[in-house]
Amino acid sequence: MISIRNVSKHYGHFQVLKDCSTEVTKGEVIVVCGPSGSGKSTLIKCINALEPFQQGEIVVNGISVGDSKTNLPKLRAQVGMVFQHFELFPHMSIMENLMLAQRVVLGRSPDEAQHKASSLLERVGLKAHGLKYPGQLSGGQQQRVAIARALCMDPICMLFDEPTSALDPEMINEVLDVMVELAQEGMTMLCVSHEMGFARKVANRVIFMDQGMIVEDAPSEEFFGKPRSERAQLFLSKILSH
Amino acid sequence: MMSYDFDWSSIPGALPFLWQGMQVTLQITLMAILVGIVWGTLLAMMRLSKQRWLSWFAAGYINLFRSIPLLLVLLWFFLILPRLLEGVPGITPGTDLRLSSAMVGFALFESAYYAEIIRAGILSIPKGQQAAAFALGMNYRAAMRFVVLPQALRNMLPLLLTQAIILFQDTSLVYVSALADFFGAAYKVGDRDGRLVELLLFAGAVYFILCYSASSLVNYLSKRMKA
Repeated sequence: MISIRNVSKHYGHFQVLKDCSTEVTKGEVIVVCGPSGSGKSTLIKCINALEPFQQGEIVVNGISVGDSKTNLPKLRAQVGMVFQHFELFPHMSIMENLMLAQRVVLGRSPDEAQHKASSLLERVGLKAHGLKYPGQLSGGQQQRVAIARALCMDPICMLFDEPTSALDPEMINEVLDVMVELAQEGMTMLCVSHEMGFARKVANRVIFMDQGMIVEDAPSEEFFGKPRSERAQLFLSKILSH
Repeated sequence: MMSYDFDWSSIPGALPFLWQGMQVTLQITLMAILVGIVWGTLLAMMRLSKQRWLSWFAAGYINLFRSIPLLLVLLWFFLILPRLLEGVPGITPGTDLRLSSAMVGFALFESAYYAEIIRAGILSIPKGQQAAAFALGMNYRAAMRFVVLPQALRNMLPLLLTQAIILFQDTSLVYVSALADFFGAAYKVGDRDGRLVELLLFAGAVYFILCYSASSLVNYLSKRMKA
């Protein structure tokens, strides 16, 4: 469903991504981890063209992302994305947040959009909060709303960019629970995350990145059992040791 | 010792004429605010655009108008607009275009100032908001219209209103064309009755009361918005 082939990206002389390649098939859940500055967020932002790249090719559902003729809004409408800092629209109520793109991008009727929004809000356990504004919700609740907002578009896959790293520890699980449920329902997911418990539980594969390169791309049992590369071993020992 | 005998008696009778003048002032102010915000928003978006020539055009426009005295711009338009419209049917050399040229002059001039306020407002919205709108499939227009601009406008409302208050006072510069705005009307009455001091004091008091109330309202609004 997503092919990343030999993608490189640089800001001036600084190379952020070096020759990255991987394939994501339908229904697969992939966790991307690695030290900060390793290019993980940049890589997944290349998939929906929020970040441009200079070399290589990314194909999502048969559409080449880097092609200048590609209708990017149309492509992005099919790829859900959840951000580290939620990025809910603060001037709109929760329901309006969930309905806006359905109305403007997909052209759904108000009734249809509202119906979809309330059913997804219920699914993330926030049905009672539809009329509130993002500022009135906790971080964990806001991130669940952000997931629901992305799901309202009926995406073919979901990208998560460190969805729990801006959260207080006691709120991480409520967000991970929603993600686990989504994974178990068969959603294709690509998650930049350091939540190794989550990775062990639902990831089919783990991608480890360092200095802009994909150092390791392995089934999760294999990755957690015995990573091949020294750098991944070191990384794992650091984040699992306490 | 000299003393000045104030005589306010010419004011009550002149009120209808002064009110007409105030209407002219308000018309020019409102038109300039309206056009200023719409054209200013477009200019701000052009200036932020990645299309070089759009951004250069907007920067040139803004820098030009911000570097020329308002009085000069107004005079240009009083002199130029009638010539430009010479061939238009219904307009003869005798047609009074002073109000229209004042409106055009103010609107174009104020747009440059509004553009800078609006540009700062747009830049005050975190980049992630636009990214989130794009990620949901919105194009640039929709992202601006539904996500970025509503938040930016809210942030810059106090500044926009303050600029409107300054504009309201600056409209008195139309006196160069002898157009009877509020200030011009007061001047005419004072000149006619030999009571210039009283009329100008009265006009000053009216400007003060209106502008001071408006800026108190702005302060109140911006405090409430922060709360």
